[in-house]
Amino acid sequence: MDQVEIGLWGVPLAILGGAIRVSTPFIFVSLGECLTERSGRINLGLEGTLVFGAMSGYAVAYESGNPFVGVLAAALAGACFGLLHGWICKFKGVNDIAVGIAMMLFGMGLAFFFGKPYIQPQAPDLPAFNLGWWSDIPQLRAALQVNVLFIAGGLLAVAMAWMFRSTRVGLIVRVVGDSTDAARAMGLSPDRVRLLATGAGGALAGIGGAYLSLYYPGSWTEGVSSGQGLMAIALVIFARWNPINCFWAALLFGGAGALGPALQSVGVSEGYYLFFAAPYVLTLGLLILTSSPDRAMQGAPLELSLTK
Amino acid sequence: MSRYDPTEAGAISVEALHMTMRFGDFTALDNVSMTIRAGTFHALLGENGAGKSTLVKCIMGFYHATEGELLVDGRQAVMTDPKMAQTLRLGMVYQHFTLVPSLTAAENLVISRADTPAVIDWRSERRRLDAFMAGMPFSVPLDQPVSRLAAGEKQKLEILKQLYLGNRFLILDEPTSVLTPGEADEVLSHVRALTTASEITVLMITHKFREVSAFADEVSILRRGKYVGGGKVGEMSVEEMSRAMMGEAPVVSDRGRATTVKKPLLELRGVTAKDRTGLHNIEIDDVTLNSGEILGIAGVSGNGQMELMEILTGQRRLTGGEIRVNGASYSATRREARAHQIRYLPEEPLRNACAPRMSVAENLAFRMFDASADGGTIFWKNAGAIARNADDLIAGFNVKTTSPAARIAALSGGNVQRAVLGRELTGAVKALIVSNPCFGLDFAAVSSIRDRLIEARNNGTAILLISEDLDEILELSDRVLVMSEGRVTFETPIETADIAEIGQHMAGHG
Repeated sequence: MDQVEIGLWGVPLAILGGAIRVSTPFIFVSLGECLTERSGRINLGLEGTLVFGAMSGYAVAYESGNPFVGVLAAALAGACFGLLHGWICKFKGVNDIAVGIAMMLFGMGLAFFFGKPYIQPQAPDLPAFNLGWWSDIPQLRAALQVNVLFIAGGLLAVAMAWMFRSTRVGLIVRVVGDSTDAARAMGLSPDRVRLLATGAGGALAGIGGAYLSLYYPGSWTEGVSSGQGLMAIALVIFARWNPINCFWAALLFGGAGALGPALQSVGVSEGYYLFFAAPYVLTLGLLILTSSPDRAMQGAPLELSLTK
Repeated sequence: MSRYDPTEAGAISVEALHMTMRFGDFTALDNVSMTIRAGTFHALLGENGAGKSTLVKCIMGFYHATEGELLVDGRQAVMTDPKMAQTLRLGMVYQHFTLVPSLTAAENLVISRADTPAVIDWRSERRRLDAFMAGMPFSVPLDQPVSRLAAGEKQKLEILKQLYLGNRFLILDEPTSVLTPGEADEVLSHVRALTTASEITVLMITHKFREVSAFADEVSILRRGKYVGGGKVGEMSVEEMSRAMMGEAPVVSDRGRATTVKKPLLELRGVTAKDRTGLHNIEIDDVTLNSGEILGIAGVSGNGQMELMEILTGQRRLTGGEIRVNGASYSATRREARAHQIRYLPEEPLRNACAPRMSVAENLAFRMFDASADGGTIFWKNAGAIARNADDLIAGFNVKTTSPAARIAALSGGNVQRAVLGRELTGAVKALIVSNPCFGLDFAAVSSIRDRLIEARNNGTAILLISEDLDEILELSDRVLVMSEGRVTFETPIETADIAEIGQHMAGHG
């Protein structure tokens, strides 16, 4: 395809395409973290889960030749990490934040250890839909190459919002996240609910990791994640623990992540590294802007150690 | 033994027979027998630690009684766990709400059911809830998150929840402690109507004689774990009840009020701040605290009193206006508080005014450990002075502790309260700002704290008393202000104070 000269229009287009590409892991990790935090626990280990998911997904996809089997394996591995976190946190006097940091380092270390043999080989990629078939402009067609997982993530956000509102499971998660005492009085077991919520959250983070190695950037390296797992936690706070907001916030972060490459593509190379820092600056900026010295955070699950 | 049919409607009776509950060497409940007949409103009176909550926890299956048995609806019931109580249609409304704050009232009701469907069809659930509400004597907004409901509405919702669950025997644990007198009467008269109609049986834990006389059919009184009296409410006088409850008639302290010189000391002018949620404003237009008076601030919990306390202690940022002390601007820093001799007794002092794991002596030294004799600060700690200060205060304020080196968290609530009050009242004190000083204390402790406050007032100290206990305000204050929705809406000198009028202003109908 020949490049058509579209001038500065290239920047928003590249940002749009980049937002869709870059945001997908954010969507999955933040939805996973959203679920875990709504149950009243925080899992800081999702960065490790993400990296391990990237490695295991890539390895299984390579061995089996099917990227979806890889995604499934990543979800399973992520669920194991989540369940381990949830199980450790069950014990009295264990701090979920400290466990999360340990799990993050553990997951990354384990991924690097098992992942060494898979740095060279090429695993099959996940498919994408061409939503830009109607257009002649190659840049637009490129931007509208939408991968399967992005669409799945969008549907998942809607499904999770519906779950919190209209299903027994969703209400139970919210009850446990809001008041351990009320949950106990209802005969629920808060530890069990949090264990399962952390497990499910881990599975989603694992899928986010599989996306990194199987679609974009599309290969397994030790630097495959640039802190998406940690930023997703800030993103959940910004999204006020609402799954739909998580989706839009993930797109925003994705767009910020695509800013650097987009400007580079139109020849702006000044401050290149500065633009690459945009997502991190955005994280800091949003957290400061949405905070307040005078009032408690709105929408925060009340049992969360972060907001207590 | 025939099985109890849980679908049966109508009130049920509960009988406790020779109930004894021991925790190690301590006997919390000693051979208590009482009958709560079906369709009655039964009051359970007793001081803190009299065994009321132990008894109801045994009935609800949270504790397993060491000895004794329980008859529910005439049949023997073995309460193995709280779920058993639910199947027998026994329900309890706790003093601290067990509603989930971020869920709406409707969500709270539906999720509390044992048979909540996996996928909730809100449209049909709403139809059924509306039908249920239509048959109830009172209603609450169903679509609001519970955190936005007023305390009275939450209390009603707790009771509605028990009825929604189909419970026929309700235990209410001090249900009116967070309500205005008007709200309390409203809720209790509705509950009474339900018992009169034989829909439910009610056992209400309380320490308010007024509510017992006005609403209950029968009363049982516990003291130190023993059943010490009871019977039909109409046949017992308040004196008899209080004597049974306390062992002797309460010593009425005369608490003589000396005539004092009243000079303006602390002034709030046009003070505005955000409340806890950040959604509403606290606006105190003009409040002056004089020396030698107790200025009582009444109001229902959550109407800005907590924020006012935080404003005065410097914990909450002002968005406008100013606080002046003796004409000088005041922002409640430690230096200013020391210079103007302003002291604080916040509510729950163990949490808000103590370092719980530090010793009693260290906690008592918070006001003096860094002060030198000439008013400056010292660098090296003076262990001798700290020990002397602790000994003086422990003796002077009758603090019961095993030793000054004991952790303050090991003391009982009344002793912590006296210790902190002692600390705040040492030396010359121009103003004392107090919040709910007697919350959760027994009669003897309450009485000694109130004596100290009056004594300080008689010595010329200005006291700002923020309290949710209207009786306390009326007993101690020289002037009464009422706070409602973040504003001071009413002021009256104590001589012309009328409880009904104050209650209306507390409820926001001025």
